[in-house]
Amino acid sequence: MKEKIALDVSHLPLHGEGMASLTWWGTCAFMLIEGTGFALSIAVYLYLMSLAPLWPIRAPAPDLLPGSILTLILLASLVPNILVGRWAKQKALRKVRLGLVIMSFAGIAPLIVRIYEFPALHVSWDDNAYGSITWLMLGLHTTHILTDLVDTLVLTALMFTRHSDNPRRYGDVADNGMYWNFVVATWVPLYLCLYWVPRL
Amino acid sequence: MSRSRNDPEDRRPSDVDLPEAEVARRLHRTWATPRTLKDALSTVDHKIIGRRYIATAFVFLILGGLLALAMRLQLAAPEARIIGPDRYNQIFTMHGTTMMFLFAVPVMEAVGVFLVPLMIGTRNIAFPKLNAFSYWIYLAGGILLWVAFAVDVGPDVGWFAYVPLAGPEFSPGKRADIWAQMITFTEVSALAVSVELVATIFKQRAPGMSLDRIPVFVWAMLVTSFLVIMAMPAIMVASTTLILDRLVGTHFYNPAEGGDALLWQHLFWFFGHPEVYIIFLPAVGMVSTMIPTFSGRPIFGYLALVMALIATGILSFGLWVHHMFTTGLPRLGESFFTASSMSIAVPAGVQIFCWIATLWAGRPQMKAPLLFICGFIFTFVMGGMTGVMVASVPLDSQVHDTYFVVAHFHYVLIGGALFPLVAAIYYWLPKATGRMMSERLGRVVFGLIFVGFHGTFFPMHILGLMGMPRRVYTYQPEMGWGGINLFVSVSALVLAAGFLLFFIDVFRSARSGPLAGPNPWNAPTLEWATSSPPESYNFLRIPVVSSANPLWDDPDGPSVASGLNIDRRELLVTSVVEALPEARESSPTDSIWPLFAALATAILLIASIFTPWAVVWGALPVTLALICWFWPKGEPEDEA
Amino acid sequence: MTAPTRHRPAPPARLFLLAPLVLSNCSGVQSALDTAATAAGHLRLLILSFTLICGVVWLLVMVMLGWALLRRRPAATDAGTQRRLTIAVSVCVAATVVIVGGLTTLSFLATRTLGSGEGEIEVVAVGQQWWWQFLYPAGGFQTVNELHIPVGRTVRIRLESPDVIHSFWVPSLSGKVDMIPGRTNALTLKAERPGLYRGQCAEFCGLQHSHMAFTVIAEDAATYARWMVEQARPARTPDTSHPDTSEAEAGRAVFLVKPCAACHTVRGTRAVGTTGPDLTHVGSRRTIAAGLLDTTRGTLAAWTADPQTLKPGTTMPLVPLTSDELRQVSAYLESLK
Repeated sequence: MKEKIALDVSHLPLHGEGMASLTWWGTCAFMLIEGTGFALSIAVYLYLMSLAPLWPIRAPAPDLLPGSILTLILLASLVPNILVGRWAKQKALRKVRLGLVIMSFAGIAPLIVRIYEFPALHVSWDDNAYGSITWLMLGLHTTHILTDLVDTLVLTALMFTRHSDNPRRYGDVADNGMYWNFVVATWVPLYLCLYWVPRL
Repeated sequence: MSRSRNDPEDRRPSDVDLPEAEVARRLHRTWATPRTLKDALSTVDHKIIGRRYIATAFVFLILGGLLALAMRLQLAAPEARIIGPDRYNQIFTMHGTTMMFLFAVPVMEAVGVFLVPLMIGTRNIAFPKLNAFSYWIYLAGGILLWVAFAVDVGPDVGWFAYVPLAGPEFSPGKRADIWAQMITFTEVSALAVSVELVATIFKQRAPGMSLDRIPVFVWAMLVTSFLVIMAMPAIMVASTTLILDRLVGTHFYNPAEGGDALLWQHLFWFFGHPEVYIIFLPAVGMVSTMIPTFSGRPIFGYLALVMALIATGILSFGLWVHHMFTTGLPRLGESFFTASSMSIAVPAGVQIFCWIATLWAGRPQMKAPLLFICGFIFTFVMGGMTGVMVASVPLDSQVHDTYFVVAHFHYVLIGGALFPLVAAIYYWLPKATGRMMSERLGRVVFGLIFVGFHGTFFPMHILGLMGMPRRVYTYQPEMGWGGINLFVSVSALVLAAGFLLFFIDVFRSARSGPLAGPNPWNAPTLEWATSSPPESYNFLRIPVVSSANPLWDDPDGPSVASGLNIDRRELLVTSVVEALPEARESSPTDSIWPLFAALATAILLIASIFTPWAVVWGALPVTLALICWFWPKGEPEDEA
Repeated sequence: MTAPTRHRPAPPARLFLLAPLVLSNCSGVQSALDTAATAAGHLRLLILSFTLICGVVWLLVMVMLGWALLRRRPAATDAGTQRRLTIAVSVCVAATVVIVGGLTTLSFLATRTLGSGEGEIEVVAVGQQWWWQFLYPAGGFQTVNELHIPVGRTVRIRLESPDVIHSFWVPSLSGKVDMIPGRTNALTLKAERPGLYRGQCAEFCGLQHSHMAFTVIAEDAATYARWMVEQARPARTPDTSHPDTSEAEAGRAVFLVKPCAACHTVRGTRAVGTTGPDLTHVGSRRTIAAGLLDTTRGTLAAWTADPQTLKPGTTMPLVPLTSDELRQVSAYLESLK
């Protein structure tokens, strides 16, 4: 059977950008999974709160300082992050390299503050259910930062190799930036829940 | 890589103006998995992985079925002492866990992995390495559970693992931890496959396959994938918090310290109810795809069917409380969940009436698949009816946790999902093996399974109304349940005989069945446009689609697109709605790293049952494997 | 069959002669269709109506399927087919909506008739692995695996559990309600006729979930009042002057010296353990080990001698006794009427 050729696709680009990229869709799907996970952890928090006669259980409300500093760092990191995205779109290799180095530090800084955030909760995970859920939420989000940091570090290293100047790499940088936006975005409701709900 | 990249005759990368034999030869060199052990472990071919997935899932079906027979042996007579309570509790937990987590969900995902790329006309699934990873991690989870059972540390707290029974105080030892960690394995694999399927279905459809031309099975897999993505995080949160309670002393489920036993049930069923539809919707898709073939006309009410799929998916998140009607929740909330649970009967009705209308308007050919589909409608509608019954709060207060419910969900799961799956095997196995199964044996298999099934499960409705609770390892003679139970146990043997014959026919046909040819059923969808079994590259050239039933509407076969590079793995990315070509994207080559990443993840997860620190040191090999996985190898596939 | 099978004139059943015959045979020791209370009667009616309606719907769908498969087909398809099919399918879907709506309403109505009233008498039921404790606050005593209620009065039962989730279910009297640690649920029972009604734990609760039964004994007001008085009394002391009771007296001594007293209470003695069932009037109860065995001296002895064989996994340990001690202890336990 001779096939009828109705379409010639040889002129198409070898890599789609944005919504034409498979990685973009994969990243979105993973963000949906993790977003659902975070939403559920907030739901669990509110559920346990609704059952408890007193909330927080046998603990003062957490100290605001470390959590708020971390929030500010994360929000501030959005600026270089958005710039890196823009540079990646322009395929400006030197700027992307610089931006990724900055973003690597922007990933490390909140982890350092996070060390002070756990004691600021004034409750341990094994004290009571309040301690358990707050540690779980902070722990989940720490893992979240950590995974994206590793991703950023590997990508930074990659951009200093011969594999760097490739539309696919710039796509990876853009997707990594999108994921970091998501890391910041999920933190905001977690922050409000952890620090401000007990003060309501 | 075994292929030579610098062969001078290969300078022209695209398939334009090449003779077909030459295109086939070069595509084969680019895509085929050579027959060595290393290549077998590295392959990312969705058909090979899909076949492995399906075969493994059926092995677990057999294992789970043997457990069911063991339970029926013990229950055949009152106060039997063949299996003690400790072993029996492990057996029924293993049966439920195996059937739900290691058979039903994976097998549906696996059929999707095998079929979706063929049905939408692409060369491989999106993220094929992730696909390989998901299979290995699933296999590791299954092995973990069954090895644990073999050495008498199988979980014994039910597939639902209600706390506090599954908590640290009432289930010391490692049994419940193994259950919780096995959940993590299967969740990771199901989530990975769902991400692949979403990306594949959105972005890799053949040019022209706009949203209204997607085969219903593919729609079903898309909705299912979203259900997995939205529902599985709940069981992840649940199993993680359970294991934290058990291993590091958190108090999520400890009422003495502000935790709550019902929290577990909310989380579990927020996942657990969509889970039923994760199993059922692919079956709906299979049935909707097979009925047109055997009716000889397009499906009636395509749009209504797709809407019903989506509506079912959305509604399935509003039903979880109907598993908790006896827990003493506020009455107003319960009434809401009665209404929402009953309302899901409406999209189910739409589906059934559309199928009947298609059969009515067409000229049905009673081949084995259609026989099983009729058995499915017969059985599933009954299961739906009992579903409406248990959706009623007061009615449920009598039948909840009795054999009535056991009967109900076996009608829904076996009748609603396994019957369509068996039909699908009769229908699509020739595509996978190139050989037909026996029609004559198919009728005997159907007879045995159908009679055996109803003989086994119908009497359980009555047992439930007679007061027999679920999950009992025995019952007392004066209860008067002995006769019916004996009948049930004997019928279970008939059911098992039907499956035995089915498996025999599968093996027989794969070796010596009559050759199938590309399209033995005269079916309309794209998977039948290529050879049986399909070549490693699926299609010589990507089909261009101009209708929902391309093989019927274009008797000479669909027209095709040329211009893809055939010397590197390349496939066509198209737009979400209209499927207009957007890019020639490369598709990853074979890699051993998914296997290593899966092994490293398995070590982390299993070790974390014994020490929480495994999460820290175990993360290093995982990270390392993932870096090697993603690091570019300087292949043509990396070009862009 | 130890529990009597009750024969009832079956008034509402006449309305449902069409219901599958098999359902009418669902009588038995513990059947949801063999009812003796208004609530359970309503539920029975609800079950039968749902079965009937759903059965008819199922039958109609099967007729449609059969017709679709087997009808004689004209040689050429007619152009109006698609339109007619659309109308037919729409009508069927609309009918589904109506039926589902009707069934939902029926369910709501049933819920309302069940009511959640206050009780005239309050009992606390505590589910434990794997037996039932019933506390009678009014009488200041507790009983085990046997719940006595007066006929015609509404009894409110508070449901609790100190260990894992259990579910309180006496199908002849009412639907089930879970007993959840950390939460308190309640249920009302109102028996219409005197009789014995078997109940069983309906939520999987571990090794001996299968042997966690109890009996509800509904009796007339006078018998119930007498029983209350009897149960409130401390355990009788064996009358030593009588030759038959000397064995029981010896058994009492063994009971108090051996580990038995660490877990069990016998009011009026030094035995005040609370881990296991209160044995003050164990001899008066119909069964032991949560419905496993009828209470006789023989079963008491067998249970004491080897609980793990009779009920593998039970929390009752094996207490080594000589055969004389075993005879004496069983005599004592039997005497605790």
